[in-house]
Amino acid sequence: MSQDLFHIGGKSLSSRLFIGTGKYSRNTLIPEVVEASGSEVITVALRRIDPASREENILTHIPPHMTLLPNTSGARTAEEAVRIARLARAAGMGNWVKIEVINDQKYLLPDNLETVKATEILAAEGFIVLPYMSPDLSAALRLRDVGAAAVMPLGAPIGSNRGLKTKELVGILIEEAGLPVIVDAGIGRPSEAAEAMEMGAAAVLLNTAIATARDPLLMAEAFRGAVASGRQAYLAGLGAVRNAAEASSPLTGFLSV
Amino acid sequence: MSFYDTLLKLESMPLGEQSGQYGRNDVERALSREKLDPEDLLALLSPAAVPYLEEMAQKAHRITRAHFGYAVQLFTPMYVADYCVNQCTYCSFSVEHDFARKKLTMEEVDREASAIAATGLRHILLLTGESRKDSPVSYVKECAGVLRRHFSSVSIEVNPLSLEEYRELAACGVDGLTMFQEVYDRETYARLHVKGPKRNFRARLDAPERGCQAGFRSVTIGALLGLSDWRREAFMTAMHARYLQDRYPGTEISIAPPRFRPYLGSFSPESDVTDRALVQIILAYRLFLPRSGLTLSTREPAALRDRLVHLGITKISAGVTTEVGGHTGGGGTPQFEISDERSVPEIREMLYRSGLQPVFKDWDILAEAPV
Repeated sequence: MSQDLFHIGGKSLSSRLFIGTGKYSRNTLIPEVVEASGSEVITVALRRIDPASREENILTHIPPHMTLLPNTSGARTAEEAVRIARLARAAGMGNWVKIEVINDQKYLLPDNLETVKATEILAAEGFIVLPYMSPDLSAALRLRDVGAAAVMPLGAPIGSNRGLKTKELVGILIEEAGLPVIVDAGIGRPSEAAEAMEMGAAAVLLNTAIATARDPLLMAEAFRGAVASGRQAYLAGLGAVRNAAEASSPLTGFLSV
Repeated sequence: MSFYDTLLKLESMPLGEQSGQYGRNDVERALSREKLDPEDLLALLSPAAVPYLEEMAQKAHRITRAHFGYAVQLFTPMYVADYCVNQCTYCSFSVEHDFARKKLTMEEVDREASAIAATGLRHILLLTGESRKDSPVSYVKECAGVLRRHFSSVSIEVNPLSLEEYRELAACGVDGLTMFQEVYDRETYARLHVKGPKRNFRARLDAPERGCQAGFRSVTIGALLGLSDWRREAFMTAMHARYLQDRYPGTEISIAPPRFRPYLGSFSPESDVTDRALVQIILAYRLFLPRSGLTLSTREPAALRDRLVHLGITKISAGVTTEVGGHTGGGGTPQFEISDERSVPEIREMLYRSGLQPVFKDWDILAEAPV
C-alpha cells in the first residue's frame, strides 16, 4: 500500500492524530506526548502564550517539526476570533488557525454563526482555517463556501470524554460537506477515535483524553495506534453489516432445486 | 427581574439549620445526578452530607480534571486606595477606624505593577476601598490604563457601579469584576452595614448582573463566610452564580469562598466555619456548578491551601499583600490578616509538587487601549 498521506493547507501529514497542549500537569510533558503520539499538528491557545516568560512559555516545549495550530479559545465573537488569529500570525505562529468561537461558558458549545463570519474574513486573508463547530450540515457547507480548509465537528462537549455522541451528524458531514472532517472534542477512548476514522473522518483532534490520563504517554501511544487502525479499516472498506444471519441450512433453499 | 426576586423566593426553602431535614437518600440522589437542582445543593450542604465528603471530593476531583485539567490560574490582588465611606462591622477599611489612609499616584501604581509583573503574574485584581469621592471611576480607569501596560488581564474589586460605568471600564480593557455580597441574609446585612451606601443591599446584589451586561469576560461573586449561617450563605451564593450563568452564558462566572479573618476591629463572627465546613462548601459548589471557576484566597493557611487545590479550585492568589502599595513596601494598613504569605515562586512550586500546572497567563485583553 502506498503511503496514505493527509494533504491539508499545503502540507502532507503522515499522522492523522492532532493533539492539544492544555490541561497537562506540566508543559515539559508535551514533547514526550508528541513523540509517543506520532502527531504532527498541535493546537495551542494563543491566550495562554506568554512570550515574556522563559519558563512558562508553552511554545518553548513544542518540538520545531510540529505544525502549530493556534486556536482562538476565549473568543466570544467573530471579531474577537479574528483579532486573536491576526495576533497569532503576527507573533510568527504561521497561517494555520483553529477558529473557536464560544459564547456558552456552561457547555462550551461553539457558535456556528459567528464561526462562519470569522472563517470568511480569515480565509480571505490567506489563513488556513480549521473551524471548530457543532455538526450541522448547513453550517459546514457555508464554511466550505467561505474557504475553510476542513471542518472540525465536536463528538461531544469539550472535555467530556463522552465519545462520538454526534455520530449520525458527523457521518452526514463526512458524506456531504465536501471537505475534510476532523472530529474534535469529546473523544475519550482510543476505540472512539478508531470509530471516527473507520467512518471516514480525515483526522481526529483530542486533548483531555491524553492530558488527564493516568499515564499520558501510554495513552498517546494508544491513540496513535487506534487512529492508524481506524484509518486502515476505512481504506480497506468495511464489510457490509447484515441484519439477518446467513443460515447454514436456508429455509428457502428448496426454491433453487 | 433580577436575582433579588429569585432570592425572595429562595428564602422560603429549608435553609441553614432547617436543612437538617435532608437525609442520606437525598445526598445519595444528589451524588448520582449529573445536573443538580436546588434541592440537591441543599442536601449536599446539609449535615447529612458530612459522611459523604470523601465521595463528594472524588466526584469533584473528576469533574474538575475533565473541565480544567491540571491547570490552576494564578493572580494577585493589588490595593491602590483604602479610603472608604462605609461603616461595616467586620472590615479594617471601615470609616470608623482611624488610620492614615492612602491612595497611590499613577507613578506609584506603575511601580507597584512593575514589581508584581516581575514575578511572572499576568492577571491582576485592582482593589480600592469603597469611596466614590476618593477613588472614583475616573481614578479606577486611570489605574487600569497603567496596569494594562504590565498585565494581560485586569479585574476590579471596587464599590458597585452603574451599568454605564461598568461599560466604560470594560471598553478600556478591564475584563473582570469581583463583587462580594458579603451576606445574603438581608437582616444580618442590615445589622452589619451600619452606615454608608453599602447599606443598599439590592444595589450590591445586582452589581454582578450589571457587570455581565456590561460585557466583562469574568465575574466573581461570593459571601464572606462566617458573617451568617454558612449553609444558607453558600446556598444563596451558588444560586446567584447559577442565575448569572443561565442568563449570561458568555460570561465566566466564578465563586470565591473567603472565610472571615482577623482585622483592625474586634467583631467576632457568629457562624464558625470549620475546615470541614469549608471543604463541604467547595465540593458542593463544584458539583452544583461543574464549569464555574473556584477561587482560593490567602485567607486560608498554607497547609490547608495545599490540600484544597485538589478539590475543585481553579484560581489561586499568590504573593499577596492587603495593604495599599504593599508590593513596594508601602506600609499601609492591611484590610485583613492573610494566612498564606508564600511568594509567587513558592506557590508555583507548591502547585508543581501537587501535580498541577500554574497558569500565569490565561487571557489577553482585546479591547482597544484607553486614550
